[in-house]
Amino acid sequence: MSSWCVTREGLGMRVLRLVAVGWWLQLKNRSRSSFDGLLSILYPLFFATSIFFLYRQNGDEAALVSAAVGASLMGVWSAVSTSASTTLQGERRQGTLELLVAAPTPFSLVILPATVSMATIGLWSFLVTLLWGRLAFGIPISFDQPLVFVIAAVVMTFSLGLVGFLQAMASVRYRAAWALGTLFEFPVWLVCGFLVPLSSLPDWVTPIAYLLPPTWGVSAVRAAAFGGSPWRDIALCLATGAVYAAIGVALSRRLVDSARGNATLALT
Amino acid sequence: MPVIEVDQLVRSYTSGSRLKRGPRTEVHAVRGVSFEVEKGELFGLLGPNGAGKTTTIKMLITLLLPTSGHARVLGYDVVADPREVRRRIGYVFGGDKGLYERLSGYDNLRYFAELYGVPPREQKARIAELLDLVSLTGKEGQRVEGYSRGMRQRLHIARGLLHKPEVLFLDEPSIGIDPVGARELRETVAALVSTGTTVLLTTHYMFEADELCDRIAVIAGGSIIAEGTPEQLKSRVADGHVVEIEVYDGVDDRLEAVRAIEGVTSVGVETSDRSQLLVVRTDAAAQVTPAVLAALEGRSLGRVATREPTLEDAYVELVRDA
Repeated sequence: MSSWCVTREGLGMRVLRLVAVGWWLQLKNRSRSSFDGLLSILYPLFFATSIFFLYRQNGDEAALVSAAVGASLMGVWSAVSTSASTTLQGERRQGTLELLVAAPTPFSLVILPATVSMATIGLWSFLVTLLWGRLAFGIPISFDQPLVFVIAAVVMTFSLGLVGFLQAMASVRYRAAWALGTLFEFPVWLVCGFLVPLSSLPDWVTPIAYLLPPTWGVSAVRAAAFGGSPWRDIALCLATGAVYAAIGVALSRRLVDSARGNATLALT
Repeated sequence: MPVIEVDQLVRSYTSGSRLKRGPRTEVHAVRGVSFEVEKGELFGLLGPNGAGKTTTIKMLITLLLPTSGHARVLGYDVVADPREVRRRIGYVFGGDKGLYERLSGYDNLRYFAELYGVPPREQKARIAELLDLVSLTGKEGQRVEGYSRGMRQRLHIARGLLHKPEVLFLDEPSIGIDPVGARELRETVAALVSTGTTVLLTTHYMFEADELCDRIAVIAGGSIIAEGTPEQLKSRVADGHVVEIEVYDGVDDRLEAVRAIEGVTSVGVETSDRSQLLVVRTDAAAQVTPAVLAALEGRSLGRVATREPTLEDAYVELVRDA
C-alpha cells in the first residue's frame, strides 16, 4: 500500500507533533489579519476601560487592581467563546471543514489545536489590557509571584481552549451553533467572578460557577497576583477543562457521524 | 477485486426545519446508483448540474452517509470503516475554496501533510516533489490569497496527493480554470493514472471525459442512465448526423418548426455574444438541411456545417431522454 498513514510512529509523539503544528499554523492563520488582530485588542479594551472608570470612582485601589486582572482575563474568554463557535462555520464557509473531516486524523485532534490557538490570541489581549491599565489609568502591575502568575495565566488559557473545543464540536453538527459563543460570552464574565466576587452573587450561582473552568482560572490568577496559593485553583481549572475536553472527544465521533448523516459539513 | 464497488447507493435530503411547522420535503439526490471501478482505471461520472455526481463522490469519500445501499473503497466499507478509507484516498474539488487563504501554499501543504500522517522526515521532500509536479516551485512562500485560480487548483491537486493515495477522487477539478491550466491538469491526471493510481473523476466537460476516461457513467436525475467507454457511448448516436447553423437575428421562435421536421431527433441552441448556434441532431438516413434552412427563411444565417456526432451529442441524447 502506498499510503504513509500506516507507518508505525510513536503515537504519543505523533499526537504531540500534530497538536503543535496544528496550533502553530492555526495561530499563524488567525493572527495574519490586521483587522481581526486590531479588533481582538480593541474590543476587550473598551470593556476594560469602562470597568477601570467604574472602579476608580470608589477610590479602592485594591479593588481596582483586582478588577484590572479580571477585566484583562475577560478578553481571553471572549477570544475563545466567540471564536470557537464561529471558527467551524468559517471552515465550513471556506470549504476546509470537509477536508478536515476527510483526513484520517481523529477530528478532535484537528479541532483542539485550533481552539487553543484562539485562546492564545486571547492571552495577547490579556497582556495588552494589563498594559493599558498601567499606562492609561496608572494601575500598578506588580505581582507577588510573577512566575506563578504566568503559569496560572497559561493554564487558564489552555483550559479555556478546552471549553472552546467542546463548543466547536457542537458547531460541526449544527450550522447555527456558532451563536452559542455570543450567548455564553457575557454570562460567564458575570458568573465566574471576572469582575464581581462569587460571594456577592446569589447562592444558586456558586454550583454553576464551580463547573466552569474560568472560575478557577480567574481565582488562580488573582491568587498568584495578590499573594494567595493558586495551586489548588490551577489544578481545578485544568481538571474542569479536561472534563470539557473529554466530553468533546467522546461526542466528536457521534457529532461528525451525525453531520455526515444530516449533510451539515458543507454550506450547500 | 474492484477498487471501488458501489451497490444501489441512495441518498435523500429532507428540506425544512424540524423546529418549524410546515411541510418537509424529501429530495432524492442519488437513486440507486451502482458501478465498479478497477485498479488503475480512470472512471468518469458525467452529468449535468444537480445530477448527483458530487453527492455520490461525497458518499464514497465518507463525507456523507448513504440513505441506503453499500459502497466499498479498496475493500473497506465507507460507513463502517471510514478511517481506513480516508487513509487510502485523496480528494480534490474544483473552485476557489478549500484552502487557508492567509497561509502560504507551503504551509497549507505542511498542515495537510501532518493531518494525513506523512512522516516528518519525509514531508519536506514530498512537498517539494509535489510543488514541482504542479509547477508551483518558487511560489510556495506566497499567501494563497494572492494565487490565481489555476494556481489554487494546482495546489489542491498537490494537497490531494500528499499521502500518495491509491485512489484519487476529482470532483470537477477543472471548473473555472483557463484552457491552458485545464490542459496541464489533464496531463497531470493522465500521468497519475499511468503510475497506477485509480481515479474517479466527475465533470460536465465532454472533451475532458472523452480525453481522459477509460469508462464513463452518465448520471442524470440521480440515476446512471448509461455506462461504457467513450467510444461505446458515442456509438449510440454514431448512426446520426449533426447539422450546425449559425443564426444572427434570433432563432428561438423557430425551434418548434425545426423540431417538427421528420428525422430530427433533438434541437439545441448555443448562444454567444453575436449569434446563436442551432445544433440539430438527426437520424442517419435523414437529409434535413434543406428543411431546416426553409424553417429559418428570412433569418440572417452564417456558417452551415454537417459533422459526425461527438461524445457531447451522445451525452445530450442520453440526458434528454432521461
